[in-house]
Amino acid sequence: MEKAHSIEKEQSMEKRRSIEKEQSMEKGQSMEEILRVEGLKKTFKLSSKQQKIEKTNEKVKVAVDHLSFTAYRGEVFGLLGPNGAGKTTTLRMLATLIKPDEGDAVLDGASIVKNPEEVRGKIGFLTSELKLEEFFTPNYLFDFFADLHGVPEEEKNARRKEMFERFGIDRFAEVKVGNLSTGMKQKVSLVISMVHNPDIIIFDEPTNGLDVLTAKVVTDFLVDLKKQGKTVIVSTHIFSLIEKICDRVGIIINGRMEVCDTLKAITGDKSLEDRFFEIYEEKAGKIA
Amino acid sequence: MKKDMVTIIKKEFARFFGDKRVVFATILMPGLLIYLIYTFMGTGMRKEMSTEEGYVANAYVQNMPEEFSPALSELSAEWKPVSGEELEGAKTAIQEKEADLLVIFPEDFIARTAAYEVTSGESAPNVEIYYNSTEAESTKLYNVMTEMLNAYEASMANKLDINAGEGVYDLATEKDVTGQIFAMLLPMLLMTFMFTGCAAVAPESIAGEKERGTIATLLVTPMKRSSLALGKIISLSSIAILSGLSSFIGTMLSLPNLMGSAKSGMNASVYVLSDYLLLLGIIFTTVLVMVSLISIISAFARSIKEASTAVSPLMVVVMLISLTPMFGGGEKSLGIFFIPLYNSVQSIHGIFSFTYQPVQVVITILVNVVASGLFTWVLTRMFNNEKVMFSK
Repeated sequence: MEKAHSIEKEQSMEKRRSIEKEQSMEKGQSMEEILRVEGLKKTFKLSSKQQKIEKTNEKVKVAVDHLSFTAYRGEVFGLLGPNGAGKTTTLRMLATLIKPDEGDAVLDGASIVKNPEEVRGKIGFLTSELKLEEFFTPNYLFDFFADLHGVPEEEKNARRKEMFERFGIDRFAEVKVGNLSTGMKQKVSLVISMVHNPDIIIFDEPTNGLDVLTAKVVTDFLVDLKKQGKTVIVSTHIFSLIEKICDRVGIIINGRMEVCDTLKAITGDKSLEDRFFEIYEEKAGKIA
Repeated sequence: MKKDMVTIIKKEFARFFGDKRVVFATILMPGLLIYLIYTFMGTGMRKEMSTEEGYVANAYVQNMPEEFSPALSELSAEWKPVSGEELEGAKTAIQEKEADLLVIFPEDFIARTAAYEVTSGESAPNVEIYYNSTEAESTKLYNVMTEMLNAYEASMANKLDINAGEGVYDLATEKDVTGQIFAMLLPMLLMTFMFTGCAAVAPESIAGEKERGTIATLLVTPMKRSSLALGKIISLSSIAILSGLSSFIGTMLSLPNLMGSAKSGMNASVYVLSDYLLLLGIIFTTVLVMVSLISIISAFARSIKEASTAVSPLMVVVMLISLTPMFGGGEKSLGIFFIPLYNSVQSIHGIFSFTYQPVQVVITILVNVVASGLFTWVLTRMFNNEKVMFSK
């Protein structure tokens, strides 16, 4: 039964890949695959207290259920879904902070299961979960993380100058992070995550909790990254952000990738918001 | 790997030494406090025990025998004869610290003591000495009086003498005296100082990083987890050694003040360079074991508070182990030097009491290095374990 299920999944993935390939051929683009996620699964044990909250007798919660998708070099790929859908868990697996129970993902040739250290060298990961030592200054932290990423001295200094100027951190370069405003802290975190100029950038809810001005700076930066040919994987539940920056979108509901296509193919003549709720009701039932 | 490890060490040092308050609280304060407390205690105790220079005690005496008069008049006291009716008044004066001593001899004391037969079954002539134990001068005079009477009693039946000549009978050398005192005190003090030094820095660095969410930022870099574990343990050990060293210096400087009169004959120069080198080897490797153990406990904890609480039982174990040299003795089996922490206590005791064998110390150092290597490996595994690192 299990075997038949996995064969079915494999066939479905193959079909999806060939469709994506055909689509890219039709567009006449040469799409270079930079991220391939195959059958990622992650479960968490539920404590009795969590079982009561979730109103279930199941001792294990499937957070991500055999998730597969592909991202291409130079595109912005959005993971869209409600809270608890499995977006953050997926991104944490891609960043190798947690290990998948099943499946694998290959980022620019490096497997998250077999070569996690290599993966970490290739990606820039930003999430609210990652905090900076408030005792240190942006200058010190930039040096520290650049050293851990093995960035050469000259490149480090040039990059610091460029990024600090762009985000207005230069004036606060010697101020302890703990004394910075929330928005400035977020900007410093963003710059630190990009210290090694990675080709793949994974941002989890990048504009969450930011004021409109800082959110715009971050959004513009994501657009710039795309222009530079970087691949950006971004998770969000904000429709406008997806519509503004994403080339392709994967909609995750209850840990499953329900739809994965170009933004245009998914929405058609409807708005993303309307289309999302249609898909949600179709897959998960009526919204309470 | 080495480069990343050095980067982590530099960062830990920058975090620690960049915070003046933490440096003061962890390194300067322990030594300073120990010095001040021990010196204060020693001075206080000596003051309590000593009497005022040139003080003339106020003493009462009833039925003083003529034979005692010359000896008593040599004491720095003014002896006032009292009658039976005045006795209660004299006792009250002593109680109220207005007088120091009341000595009541039985009538015809000399004749009665000379006539007394031990085998007669009757009570011996009784001298009553009233004094106030909370007054140093009163206590001192009481002790002198008691000694004088004991000597008088001994002279009446002088059947043997002990060490009556003028020779030096205690043949213990300066080395023996120092060894005895240091071997009794220092294993416990050193182990306690080392442990408190480690416990002051390790939970903050490991559990603190988890609590503040900064450990995840480190874990998402390409650095090997083993570099992180090694970098943390080496830097924390160095800081803990500094903290322990501060306490040690404070103790050594204040020990003469604390010991007071017992300090005579105590001299740390009785130990040679090789003793100090072996001691340093033990201290460094013991701190490595302690830091790695506390780091493992801290990695399990979700907050600094939880880590500090979880470390407490280990502190009790270390304290108990540190007390063992006070009760043990005799030949030490080589097997005990394979038990981390316990081996350190035994080796430190051996060095200070000049009873160690080099092989015991070498085994201790090697076992400590292997144990801390093993604990570092466990810590590396924990940094790799998402359940441990991201438990809420």
